[in-house]
Amino acid sequence: MIETRALNVEAVRADFPILGRRINGKPLVYLDSAATSQKPAAVIDAMDDYYRRYNANPHRGVYAISEEATAAYEGARQRVARFINAGSPKEVIFTRNTTEAINLVRYSWGRANIGAGDGILLTEMEHHSNLVPWQLLASEVSARLEFLCIDDDGLLQLDGLERKLDGVRLLAITHQSNTLGTINPIRAIAEAAHRAGALVLVDGAQAVPHMPVDVQELGVDFYAFSGHKMCGPTGIGVLWARRALLEAMPPFLGGGDMIKRVKLTEASWNDLPWKFEAGTPSVAEGIGLGAAVDYLAQFGMDAVRAHERTLVGYAMEKLQDVPGITLYGPRDPEVHGGAVSFTLPNIHPHDLATLVDREGIAVRAGHHCTQPLMDRLGVAATTRASFYVYNRTDEVDQLVDGIQKAQKVFA
Amino acid sequence: MGDDLYREQILEHYKNPHHFGELPDADITQEGDNPLCGDVITLYLKLDDGRLGDVRFRGRGCAISQASASMLTDLIVGKPLKELKTFPTKDLLEELGIQISPARMKCATLSVNTLRVALNGDSGEED
Repeated sequence: MIETRALNVEAVRADFPILGRRINGKPLVYLDSAATSQKPAAVIDAMDDYYRRYNANPHRGVYAISEEATAAYEGARQRVARFINAGSPKEVIFTRNTTEAINLVRYSWGRANIGAGDGILLTEMEHHSNLVPWQLLASEVSARLEFLCIDDDGLLQLDGLERKLDGVRLLAITHQSNTLGTINPIRAIAEAAHRAGALVLVDGAQAVPHMPVDVQELGVDFYAFSGHKMCGPTGIGVLWARRALLEAMPPFLGGGDMIKRVKLTEASWNDLPWKFEAGTPSVAEGIGLGAAVDYLAQFGMDAVRAHERTLVGYAMEKLQDVPGITLYGPRDPEVHGGAVSFTLPNIHPHDLATLVDREGIAVRAGHHCTQPLMDRLGVAATTRASFYVYNRTDEVDQLVDGIQKAQKVFA
Repeated sequence: MGDDLYREQILEHYKNPHHFGELPDADITQEGDNPLCGDVITLYLKLDDGRLGDVRFRGRGCAISQASASMLTDLIVGKPLKELKTFPTKDLLEELGIQISPARMKCATLSVNTLRVALNGDSGEED
């Protein structure tokens, strides 16, 4: 049972060793958690402890430390399952990251279920990781790609949804845009997709770290996310899918661990979830993800979301006073997750990011792996500030100061 | 911000680039871009008896990429093509006169890589 704890930012900051660093003589102001979050000591220690005390290949080992490794790795799976309210840990497939989880669905379910002329419905705001795999599948099986468009506030235009779902086998959609911060109404969209006979895959890379996610309540079919954006390590991600789907799907990668019985010319598959986990898994990373889930669960994801809603509301308010700034994404913090994108006249985002780095402020500049969205916005790149449990409103103030200094340099 | 990366000379080239524009009678027109940052430039080269008779560029992108293009045009105009075909990247970096971080190197070298593509068909970039 996890102890609950109020989300006190100063206490939270003390949990993250990296926040003690100084960059260019200034305290690190880390505003790039949408790219990857920082890691609390609890996560680093959990992984360190595995390597120092019970490093062994899990599953099948009959000696003590292998059993300990198995218990820790599978324990992490159970915690992840509870965290997203999966029906069973068997529905939680560990992958390398969100991208690999989506590609698993593309290769395993997609190839078997999507054929010539079938539709795959996506949105204009997808990260390349939830776009390129479907481009590849579509060209492989001669399927067609359809897109939901966004309005000028960065919200999905849903009025033509029923029509766009005609002949669609899969709707693949982000839960929260990594560039705009838009939180999409997944439950309603999933209901419409199911009425039209389509399955729903959600890219939850920006959602699971930042808000309560209940995969059953959302009513979706596949849900993918990454460990490293939610206080966990890189190299571990999750595909959740409904059990009946996973049972029916062919394996993804072949090799050790995913088999039940192997003969020279054929093999049968292991039970879920291991059927989809070929080879020695990322054991330390899985254990680290389990620790990350425990870390977040002590606050409760409602508290995490409330904290970020405050930060985003504050950031939108402060940034809109910067002369000449263009802010992207929803004005309403209720549907705007913890990422704010903007551009300035006469200062390229890379120049801005370089200049504020001199002040110790880490923001991201570029297309954020959403080039079609950049085309839609009519810009080559934006600057993005993104927030997490350890950010304070005064860090927004520092960013605004940094922007104003940069504007003086370019005046 | 006391910034050497954005020292006065670079900002001056960025705000008032040299040889900016097009050459309608260019012998070679070459586009170059850094898709990752969205920096783009187009070089217009007018050849004159084995030399670069005239040069113009158009572009948009970060200050480093655009200032470097402007500085490059000063360095190459009037020079023998034979020399320009192997124009060393380091000469441009010396002219920029600042420490370029690995993350920004593509910005700093876009213009010279585009020049080499224009004259040789490939950038000969060492990476």
